[in-house]
Amino acid sequence: MTPEELRELAEKRRAQLKQPRCRLNVCLAAGCQSCAGDSVFKAIKQQIEARKLDGVQVRGVGCLGLCAEGPLVLVEPSGLLYQRVKPEDAGELLDALEGAPLKRLECPTDVPFFRAQKKIVLENAGVIDPENLEDYLAAKGYEGLIRALTDMTPADVIAEVTTSGLRGRGGGGYPTGLKWSTVAKSKGAKKYVICNGDEGDPGAFMDRAVLESDPHRVIEGMIIAAYAVGAQHGYAYIRAEYPLAVKRMQNAIKQAQKAGLLGDGILGTSFSFNMEVRLGAGAFVCGEETALIASIEGKRGQPRPRPPFPAESGLWGYPTLINNVETFANIPPILRHGGAWYAAIGTEKSKGTKVFALAGRVKNTGLIEVPMGITLREIIFDIGGGIPDGKKFKAVQTGGPSGGCIPEQYLDMPVDYDSLARVGSIMGSGGMIVMDETSCMVDVAKFFMDFCKAESCGKCVPCRAGTDQMHGILTKICNGEATLDDLALLERLCDVVKNTSLCGLGQTAPNPVLSTLKYFRDEYLAHIVDKRCPAGVCKIKAPAEVHA
Amino acid sequence: MTMPIAPPKIEPPSADKRWRLVDNTMRKHGYRPDALIEALHTMQECFGYLDEPGLKFVARSLRLPLSKVFGVATFYHFFTLKPKGRHTCVVCMGTACYIKGAQNILDEIEKTYGVKPGETTRDDALSVLTARCIGSCGLAAAVVVDGNILGKVTPAQTLEHLEKVVKT
Repeated sequence: MTPEELRELAEKRRAQLKQPRCRLNVCLAAGCQSCAGDSVFKAIKQQIEARKLDGVQVRGVGCLGLCAEGPLVLVEPSGLLYQRVKPEDAGELLDALEGAPLKRLECPTDVPFFRAQKKIVLENAGVIDPENLEDYLAAKGYEGLIRALTDMTPADVIAEVTTSGLRGRGGGGYPTGLKWSTVAKSKGAKKYVICNGDEGDPGAFMDRAVLESDPHRVIEGMIIAAYAVGAQHGYAYIRAEYPLAVKRMQNAIKQAQKAGLLGDGILGTSFSFNMEVRLGAGAFVCGEETALIASIEGKRGQPRPRPPFPAESGLWGYPTLINNVETFANIPPILRHGGAWYAAIGTEKSKGTKVFALAGRVKNTGLIEVPMGITLREIIFDIGGGIPDGKKFKAVQTGGPSGGCIPEQYLDMPVDYDSLARVGSIMGSGGMIVMDETSCMVDVAKFFMDFCKAESCGKCVPCRAGTDQMHGILTKICNGEATLDDLALLERLCDVVKNTSLCGLGQTAPNPVLSTLKYFRDEYLAHIVDKRCPAGVCKIKAPAEVHA
Repeated sequence: MTMPIAPPKIEPPSADKRWRLVDNTMRKHGYRPDALIEALHTMQECFGYLDEPGLKFVARSLRLPLSKVFGVATFYHFFTLKPKGRHTCVVCMGTACYIKGAQNILDEIEKTYGVKPGETTRDDALSVLTARCIGSCGLAAAVVVDGNILGKVTPAQTLEHLEKVVKT
């Protein structure tokens, strides 16, 4: 297809979408599907057919954000949002299209949860049908690719991405433009582009939501990246635990191939690129780029020392560009609006927006996208609606097992890569778990260490043996059996594992321990010295029981 | 990447037609060694678990040492070498679910059915598993019973649901 044909198709679809009087968008992302969103969709469809309603349409869409109140239904063009909809509500919902909104199910949208967000990556989530290419085209999809392929040289594209100031959203925050230019400069008979959709972080579902809600956006980002660095083939490495994301991505790739957006001579130019999905198989370490590459090669996902970096020698020894799902999802709007537009959002050193998976002890759990620089307090108390059940905020955990727990005193800190690092945590991929007084911080540290111990690939000793030892000591502390010497040993182990492990998994594994030791040392001491758990989580035996 | 070569004629472990699907996956990848994980995925999808004859079949077809195939199959959590029970219950142990009491759910299941995560009851009725995170953190604590996600559950609700499922 030529750019003109593609634009024509988009125009046609836009006209089509204007035709119905109104449309009900039912969220069919995994969160709402698991609370019977698909039955709601079917019930509404049946009702429309039974009543022979003209000009009323129902459509399955991606994530609408407020997962805690699902299934969600968005009505267009009124913008009304309904929550906790049941299949038997379908009739009433359709009755309400003509008259007053159905108060019983109405979800207020004039609240900070919706107003304080800024959607770039998620602009289409909940608005388009993720299984329909034309819907994506109608939402200006592939416009960024058209601009890149017809108006720009690969160097121009890299310059635009560099201007945007975009940093890798997988966790490290490495400047994307710099990474792309390194791969572009590398010499190799072939080059590869890989999308890291493994998302092994417990407590994170951003990548899943993007893949399920707007898969073409990720494909578009990958094609643009391939053009910029000169790659011919790509892989989207997605967790097998995300069957819906896998299905929608495979479906989108097929559609793109059919439309000539993937394959030989894309959009009538001389540029060729194709891609396929590869399934992850459940290994947190595969988030590490060299381990992920090994996994695509069909091997155990074990990392290898860098350099050489994948940019020079990656998949099968060829130069390889690896970016995370959200990073690629940021590319199309950057190409569409320009790098300067993107750079105007966010803070000086962290540009743009970030998608967070807000969960834990917070009222509005769900998927949010906010500009960088927003404070933790705004995220948790305004957007998140605060702590339920009248409990007190204790800490927020960011960055998963590689991150740390941030206490109350830093709630007014802006959220950006560098501020989070300063208080001993990281942005990570964007999981954000809120904890209240019912959580024991030693128990939380033990939870993460148990995770790292089990996920260590076993290749290097500090990580394999160190995390096991640390988990042992934390268990002793939780059981009320540890001494102050154990605590000293734990701190030494943190230092050794952090500084001598081969890859990011081991290097960051002590972070949850270090940050809880720093901010909640009194809880550790209560377990060790007073033999009690202040939060009442750990089952410490009373001294009498121990002696009996 | 090696060039595609003529498919080796390796006989599947049995006449079961599902082996053809496993072979198809390997053929799609030109019987290259990098098809290993994809082939194991297909095999587990078809049979529910990976057995030794199957692993040998994949190893020969892809010209890989059996030790390597075993190494990969046991490295990744998604793969299982044990058959599952008639019903499965996966308790999500992601951070959000843990904070909301997933450990208590596991403890109660263990108390009632006498099985730890990764085990199956003696009568093959129920396999209990844990997941790192199923990505439904908005529904914490979440449990997946026979593929259906139950959100915001308590230990008591989980047990009640399991009792209904296991009996049928």
